[in-house]
Amino acid sequence: MNNIFVYCEVEEGIVSEVSLELLTKGRSLASQLACQLEAVLIGSGLKGVEKQILPFGVDVLHIADDARLEPYTTLPHAAILNKLFAEEKPQIALMGATPIGRDLGPRVSSALHSGLTADCTSLEIGDHEDKKAGMVYKDLLYQIRPAFGGNIIATIINPDCRPQMATVREGVMKKEKINDSYPGTVKNLEVSKYVSDLDFAVQIIERHTEKKKINIKGASIVVSGGYGVGSKENFKLLYDLAAVLGAEVGASRAAVDAGYAEHDRQIGQTGITVRPKLYIACGISGQVQHRAGMEESAQIISINSDPEAPINSIADYVITGDIAEIIPKMIKYYKLNTK
Amino acid sequence: MKGLKIIVLAKQVPDTRNVGKDAMKADGTVNRAALPAIFNPEDLNALELALRVKDTVPGSVITILTMGPGRAAEIIREGLYRGADSGVLLTDRAFAGSDTLATSYALAQAIKEMGHFDLIVAGRQAIDGDTAQVGPQVAEKLNLPQVTYVEEVLKVEKAAITVRRRLDNGVETVKSPMPMLLTVNSSAPDCRSRNVKMLMKYKHARTITEKQEATEDYTHLYDNRPFLYIREMTVADIKADAEQLGLTGSPTKVKKIDNVVLQAKDAKKLNTADEGINDLMKELIESHVIG
Ligand SMILES: Cc1cc2nc3c(=O)[nH]c(=O)nc-3n(C[C@H](O)[C@H](O)[C@H](O)COP(=O)(O)OP(=O)(O)OC[C@H]3O[C@@H](n4cnc5c(N)ncnc54)[C@H](O)[C@@H]3O)c2cc1C
Ligand SMILES: Cc1cc2nc3c(=O)[nH]c(=O)nc-3n(C[C@H](O)[C@H](O)[C@H](O)COP(=O)(O)OP(=O)(O)OC[C@H]3O[C@@H](n4cnc5c(N)ncnc54)[C@H](O)[C@@H]3O)c2cc1C
Repeated sequence: MNNIFVYCEVEEGIVSEVSLELLTKGRSLASQLACQLEAVLIGSGLKGVEKQILPFGVDVLHIADDARLEPYTTLPHAAILNKLFAEEKPQIALMGATPIGRDLGPRVSSALHSGLTADCTSLEIGDHEDKKAGMVYKDLLYQIRPAFGGNIIATIINPDCRPQMATVREGVMKKEKINDSYPGTVKNLEVSKYVSDLDFAVQIIERHTEKKKINIKGASIVVSGGYGVGSKENFKLLYDLAAVLGAEVGASRAAVDAGYAEHDRQIGQTGITVRPKLYIACGISGQVQHRAGMEESAQIISINSDPEAPINSIADYVITGDIAEIIPKMIKYYKLNTK
Repeated sequence: MKGLKIIVLAKQVPDTRNVGKDAMKADGTVNRAALPAIFNPEDLNALELALRVKDTVPGSVITILTMGPGRAAEIIREGLYRGADSGVLLTDRAFAGSDTLATSYALAQAIKEMGHFDLIVAGRQAIDGDTAQVGPQVAEKLNLPQVTYVEEVLKVEKAAITVRRRLDNGVETVKSPMPMLLTVNSSAPDCRSRNVKMLMKYKHARTITEKQEATEDYTHLYDNRPFLYIREMTVADIKADAEQLGLTGSPTKVKKIDNVVLQAKDAKKLNTADEGINDLMKELIESHVIG
C-alpha cells in the first residue's frame, strides 16, 4: 500500500526507454521513502517481458495481457489504471511524457481527482509548510517543470490528493539496472474485471509507424545547425564535420521549419533531448526552447556570427564568425592533428 | 446529413514564443507585460479543423468556449471573424488559480449547460501552462471518448468520425463514435484568415459586461441583431460545486517559481583565425572529447 507506481509502455514486447528511466527514478524515490516500487504493464503477448522490468528494482509488477490492449487506446488503459490505483492507493504514479502518457495521464488524474504535473525535468522529495492552514506536509513529491514556453521553472506539489502524478520526457532521467536477478513478483490481472466492452469504442483502423533511423540520442557528439546555416546546401558542411568526428547531425526548429533538416533531427523542448560529450551549435541563437534539449551537454561549442548570441552564455567555446569559413577549418585541423 | 453542433475550446494566452530581447528584463527574467495576448496557436488549428467539418457537413454550427478574464472575449471575436457562429465566455473570479483539473471541471460544467453537441475540438496544448491536459480531462468529466494529436478529419458519418492522428513515430487512423472530443496538433492545417464579410458582421459583437462598459452606444444595433451578443457565463450559470473550483478545487499547487536566468560561463573566445581553431581541435583531441 501507498507505494510508487510506474506505468510502463510496451510495444511488440519491447519496454520503452522512458519507462526504464522512470523505473530507475522510482527505485531511488522508493528507497528514500522506504516503500516499494511497483510497475504496471498493459499490452498483448507479454510473456517474458518481466525480465526487462524487474532488474530495475521492481518489487511488484502488475500485468494486464490481452490481445485487445495493444496497440494502445485510451479508454481500456485508463480503466485498468483507475481501478488498480483505487485498489492499491499509490502515493506516487509516474508515466512518460510521451504521446501515450500525455493522453492517458490526464484522463486518469481526472477520474481519480488527483493532480498531475506535466513534463517534469526533476523529481525530488521534500516537506511543505502551509502557514495559513497551520499544516506541515512531510515527504511530498516536488515536481519540477518548465512552463511559460520554457521561460520559468515551477515547483509543483500536490499536498492532499493521491496519487501524486507526474509525467517525464524521455532522456531526462538516467537509466540504471539494480540487479539482473532482483526478486520482484509478478501479479497477472484478470483483464475482464478491469475493462468493459464499452471501453473499446474507439477503433484503430490503420497504423503506420516508422522505426527511427536517426540515432541522435545515442551520439556522443552532436553537430547541430540552426537557421543561421542559411540553406539545405550549407547543411552539407555540418554533415561533413559530423562524418569526420563520428557525430550525428541535429537541428533547431527554425532550421527544420525552413526545410534545411528533417523533423527527426529537431533538438529542444518539442524535439529530442540530448546530453552528448560535445555539442557543436552552428548558427543557432539559443532560445530557451532549444536550450531545453541540449544544455546538459558536457561541453558546448557555439559558432555564431553574432558575438552576443544568447547561446554563447552557456557555451564553453565561442567561435565568432561565419560557419562557412569556420567549419572547413575545423575539419582541416582535426585531420592534421589526428594523422 | 444533419449539421453537427461543434464546440471549440480556445484559450487566450500570452505569446511566449520568440521571447525576444525586449521581452526579457535586465536581470534575464521574462517581462510578461511585454508579451501580447493571443489566440493559443493550436486552438487556431482546432478552429480550422472544425471549420473544415462545417464545410463538408453544411448546416453545422461552431461555438467557441473560452474561460478567462473579460478581455478573453477578444479571441471569441477573432473566431467569429474566421467563421465560427457564436461564442461563450466563461468568466468569474471564482475560477482564479485553477489548475488543469479545476479548469476542465468548469469547462465541462459550462458545456453541460450549452445543450446538445456532437463534437468538442480542443487544441493539443496551451503555450503558457504547457500541460496538454485540459482536453483529455474535459473528455473524462463528460464521459466521452477522446482522440488526441489529430491532424485531419477523414470522414464524418452519422454518429461516427474518422481522423488521422500524428504520433512520435508515425500516424494512426482512428474511428470513434460521436459525441466525442478531439485535440488538434500543430501539424494540422493553419487556420484560414479573417473573412471580410464576417469582420463587418461581428465587429460590434460584445459580452454583456463589455456593453455596459462601452463608451460608444450601439444599443440600437443589438435589438435587431441578436448574433452580436457574446454569451457570458459565471459560476451561477453552470451549477458548479464551489469545492471543485479555482484554487480550492486544484490538487496541484505551485510551491515556487524560478525565472530562467542566463548565466554567462567563462567561455574561451575564438574567431576565424586559423591558430585558435587549430589549438581548439588539439585540445579536444587531447582531452578525448573527440577522436
Ligand atoms: C512551444 C515552442 C516549442 C519550441 N520548440 C523548439 C525546439 O524543440 N527546438 C528548437 O530549436 N526550437 C524550438 N522552438 C523555437 C525557438 O523558440 C526558436 O525560434 C528556435 O530555436 C530558433 O532557431 P535558430 O536558433 O536556428 O534560429 P535563429 O533564432 O534565427 O538564430 C539564427 C542564428 O544564426 C546566426 N547566424 C546567422 N548567419 C550565420 C552565419 N553565416 N554563421 C554563423 N552564424 C550565423 C545568427 O546570429 C543567429 O544567432 C520552440 C518554440 C515554441 C514557441
Ligand atoms: C508555472 C505554471 C505551471 C503549471 N503547471 C501545472 C501542472 O503541472 N499541472 C496542472 O494541472 N496545472 C498546472 N498549471 C495550471 C494550468 O496552467 C492552468 O490550469 C491552465 O488554466 C490550463 O492548463 P494549460 O494552460 O496547460 O492548458 P492545456 O491543457 O495545455 O490546454 C489544452 C487545450 O485545452 C483548452 N483549454 C485550456 N484552457 C482553456 C480555457 N481556459 N478555456 C478554454 N479552453 C481551454 C484549449 O483548447 C487548449 O489548447 C500551471 C500553471 C503555471 C502558471
